[in-house]
Amino acid sequence: MVGLATLAAVFAGLSLLAVGGANALLPEMARQAAAEGWVSAGEFAALFAVAQAAPGPNMLVVTLIGWRVAGLAGALTATLAFVVPAGLLTYVVAGLWHRFREAPWRERVQAGLTPVTVGLVLSAALLLCRASLHGPGTLLVAAGSAAALLATRLHPLWLLAAGGTLGAAGLLG
Amino acid sequence: MNRFVSVLVTAVGESPRAGYGFRMQPAPSPIPSRAALFGAFAEIGMLGFGGVLPLARRLIVERRRWLSAAEFTDLLALCQFLPGPNIVNFAVALGGRFYGAAGSLAAVAGLLGGPVAVVIGLGALYGRFASVPAVAHGLAGLAAAAAGLVLATALRIAAPLRGRPGGIAVAVAAVLAVAVLHLPLWLVLLVLAPAGVLLNRPHA
Repeated sequence: MVGLATLAAVFAGLSLLAVGGANALLPEMARQAAAEGWVSAGEFAALFAVAQAAPGPNMLVVTLIGWRVAGLAGALTATLAFVVPAGLLTYVVAGLWHRFREAPWRERVQAGLTPVTVGLVLSAALLLCRASLHGPGTLLVAAGSAAALLATRLHPLWLLAAGGTLGAAGLLG
Repeated sequence: MNRFVSVLVTAVGESPRAGYGFRMQPAPSPIPSRAALFGAFAEIGMLGFGGVLPLARRLIVERRRWLSAAEFTDLLALCQFLPGPNIVNFAVALGGRFYGAAGSLAAVAGLLGGPVAVVIGLGALYGRFASVPAVAHGLAGLAAAAAGLVLATALRIAAPLRGRPGGIAVAVAAVLAVAVLHLPLWLVLLVLAPAGVLLNRPHA
């Protein structure tokens, strides 16, 4: 039960730190999960990849970390803990939003946060690359899927499937 | 827009006051039932891969017409401004707008129920078969592709920083603090969020 309480506390805290969306939070999530001894950097990258292969919001790596720590109860605890604090805040602020939605400071704060979000998502990319690139094959897959996402309108799921297939076929070394 | 604000205000139990400069107007589209909210967000959750926001926009604005394009953008701005997963916040805000807490619960349950079940199933398969060599190699390829996708996302959102040295400096500082020095995120946000706001000179 201590495991579930710790899971809830960690993910509730992460919920309120998740400015700039779920990807911006990945480095902090990986850092705290490693500090608690839940998953290594390599496992984190693998769980993130599995979560990306599932449909839905890009926060499902939270569910998988919970599942690794404490099974089904852990998965549900981590998911709820991650959703509820930010959800409550949104619920309350939604009613007040009209008061400051057009305030000049609101747009300035939001624009000012953009570079921070860029840095955090870039850090997430570096973290995942460091954990998942083991040689020229995986490097090519990562570079290829990044380029394809930027340059084409291919659905990301095809790029994940291509990476997985190349790997399973033993072509990545 | 007036209707949007009024309903949001009523959603948290406050009645609209004349001082805010708006009044109730007849609704241009029917208010969805709670089951319809649940169903719509279940569709968004189960059909959305990677980014679910474009799908949400198509369903809620174009097909169901629960919100106008401007209302959608406005509600999304709220959800991106606040911490937490954006689409979950969006489900909370939209569900709450129509039915208060019960609406929020219906929308979030619809959004997360299916995907959470699927990912737990995938996690169980991963735990069972991760040591099979072909599966392990497939996962390695999947992880490399996923890393590449996050890199592409980072580059895409970095594009507007071009020509803004202050913004670039803040982004670089964030990378150093998080990826190199492994500082805690609360500390990084405490220092760099104000720096980002102060250094932001979009038209300079």
